[in-house]
Amino acid sequence: MSKIPIIIKREYMTRVRKKSFIIMTILAPLLMAGLIVVPTLVMMNQQQDHKKIAVVEDNSDLFKGVIKNTKDLEFDYLENVNVKDLEKTFEQSGYYGILYISPEIVNTPNAIQLISKKQPPIGLLDHIERSLEKEIERQKLMAYKIENLDAIMKNVETKVSIQTKKIDQTGQVKETSTGISMALAYISGFLMYMLVFMFGAQVMRGVIEEKTSRVVEVIVSSVKPVQLMLGKIIGIALVGLTQFLIWVFLTVGIVSIVKTTLLSKGNMTEMTQNMSKNIMSQDQQSQASAQTSEMSPQAAEFSKLFTSAMNQPWGLIIICFIFYFVTGYLLYASVFAAIGSAVDNETETQQFMLPVTIPIILALMVAMGTMQNPESSLSFWCSMIPLTSPIVMVARLPFGVPYWQLAISMLLMLLTFGVFVWMAAKIYRTGILMYGKKTSWKEMWKWLRYSG
Amino acid sequence: MALFEAKNITKQFGTTIALDKVSISVPEKSIYGLLGPNGAGKTTLIRIINQITGPDSGELILNGKKLTAEDVLAIGYLPEERGLYKKMKVGEQALYFAQLKGLSKAEAMRRLKYWFKKLDIVDWWGKKVEELSKGMQQKVQFVTTVLHEPKLLIFDEPFTGFDPVNANLIKNEILFLRERGATIIFSTHNMASVEELCDNITLIDKAKTILEGSVDSIRRQWAANEYDIVFEGDVTLAESGNFTIMSKTTEDHHSAIRLKAAGVLDTNDVLRAAIASGKVVSFNPSLPSMNEIFIRVVEARN
Repeated sequence: MSKIPIIIKREYMTRVRKKSFIIMTILAPLLMAGLIVVPTLVMMNQQQDHKKIAVVEDNSDLFKGVIKNTKDLEFDYLENVNVKDLEKTFEQSGYYGILYISPEIVNTPNAIQLISKKQPPIGLLDHIERSLEKEIERQKLMAYKIENLDAIMKNVETKVSIQTKKIDQTGQVKETSTGISMALAYISGFLMYMLVFMFGAQVMRGVIEEKTSRVVEVIVSSVKPVQLMLGKIIGIALVGLTQFLIWVFLTVGIVSIVKTTLLSKGNMTEMTQNMSKNIMSQDQQSQASAQTSEMSPQAAEFSKLFTSAMNQPWGLIIICFIFYFVTGYLLYASVFAAIGSAVDNETETQQFMLPVTIPIILALMVAMGTMQNPESSLSFWCSMIPLTSPIVMVARLPFGVPYWQLAISMLLMLLTFGVFVWMAAKIYRTGILMYGKKTSWKEMWKWLRYSG
Repeated sequence: MALFEAKNITKQFGTTIALDKVSISVPEKSIYGLLGPNGAGKTTLIRIINQITGPDSGELILNGKKLTAEDVLAIGYLPEERGLYKKMKVGEQALYFAQLKGLSKAEAMRRLKYWFKKLDIVDWWGKKVEELSKGMQQKVQFVTTVLHEPKLLIFDEPFTGFDPVNANLIKNEILFLRERGATIIFSTHNMASVEELCDNITLIDKAKTILEGSVDSIRRQWAANEYDIVFEGDVTLAESGNFTIMSKTTEDHHSAIRLKAAGVLDTNDVLRAAIASGKVVSFNPSLPSMNEIFIRVVEARN
């Protein structure tokens, strides 16, 4: 048994020192952090981008003043201007674009044009469309000559904004965000899929390399084939864990650094204070959210997101992720090792890969579905079945999973991976020293039943 | 005493028989050659000895006891195709294999330094295996095979890929290992090396043993009662029913004659006849080379 550590060490060291590993390990969190930070930066920069838009109506002033100015948008209602002339000069006059409304708009909704040099942002179009729609609606309603229309309209107008709160097992209420949960489910499901696949395939390639280079023949005179297989699988698992942990630390580090620098700027300072209060004690939450309501809408939104992100059960998620990565990887890696041992080169793996790929892809698809409906019975069963549970369960975690389900899933996982490793070892032992014969499923089944 | 014995080894792959009741007996501290044309079953036998595959029937005996899985540790195996990690550095790799063989890191390091210096490959320590030529890789593999000083060494085609200088170097190392007490089995097509190295051989063809014994006795056994005699001056030997002149060359006042004597005559009779014919400078019974024997035996079977 004392030889497995030597094998593990070699597998680990040769991989960790590779340039590709170092680059991947450093770049991936930068990309991840980028995915989180860049949209935030974009969101913040947008509000400084002030746009002035000239509104020109054709021979009427039906919509004068209808489109309200906002913080970033200013609408100038010009009269007696020729659109054709304005098209040439609007930029010099400091306009971002011209909104041209023709009188037919009431009947043909697309009789409206926004002329600009650049592709206008979706927010601007949204604002204009909503304002005009409302105004046209109002005008059409007026045509029915209803009494007290204005009052009725005011009464009818409602604005809905759902606040989600989750009660956990201890009865504590936490503010949550479905958006954050979804993002987290997506990231963990996909990351699990990537890691299991990537490192599983590495095991397979390693086995094929040893087989084709006949290294195995030399090594089996010193160690048992099963030891070689276990050493390889464990060594690569440690590589995966190392990479994952570095990613977690780097991502957390980068995100928090960027966040602090961003938030300490200008009007965001008070928000940071609020947030630190939120994190410090749950009791102060109501008070904190009262404060948030006084802030600018963006800042409030941001603070809410951050709070609910902090409310995710991070410890549980990371521990479960590591558990499912290790067991799921061991399960698939042993299958990959068995396949690698049965073939003579990588192209021959194709016929065996499909049945292995199907459950992984299926799991990824179910995991994506889980984000829409975490409680569906499909998600439930797939998070129990060991072949799919690593990916599906980590995607379910951010939405909250009862502990008994987690326990059953983990137990099944442990049992199954044991059986898989045992079966793979049997196939591996025979396959790794077999050359020149095209292996079939039937052949592998025979190897599996060899005794001794 | 035989260090290693294989008794009646039979192995079948599907419908083809790879080995048919092949037996070898390898005396301690000797070099044993496994000869045979391509596909005769040599490598299969070697793989069976290394327990890479199991025989269908037959026994393997090491030191008088049945060979067990633990015994492979006492065997050093140099496969025909190189078994090295291509992307790994030479030194690290050698160290890795040595540690797997049970050597401590320090001890492995000490022995590696000795062997690397001896085979003049110290400069390759930090190079990747894929940067080396085939012969260079083989030297590295040779070192990893002998490093843990196994009692039994098995070399499958150890000379392929070597230039004459390095082949000679390895040849000397093999002789040196025998001197130090190792028992060596090797397979080869290189018949010259068989004559120089092997004490005993087995010739396998089409899964069967067809020739077996010590190199000297086999060569004598296959000798055709031929003699190389050199005379001073131009000597003419009379051909008779008893003597056939195979060839004659005269050069520099000497004539070299190859003579085939009839089966009834022994060496003394031939020598007497030679002395009677002129002044003998040298007299050699001509033994066939292993190469000739190999070709004759194998072709006779086809």
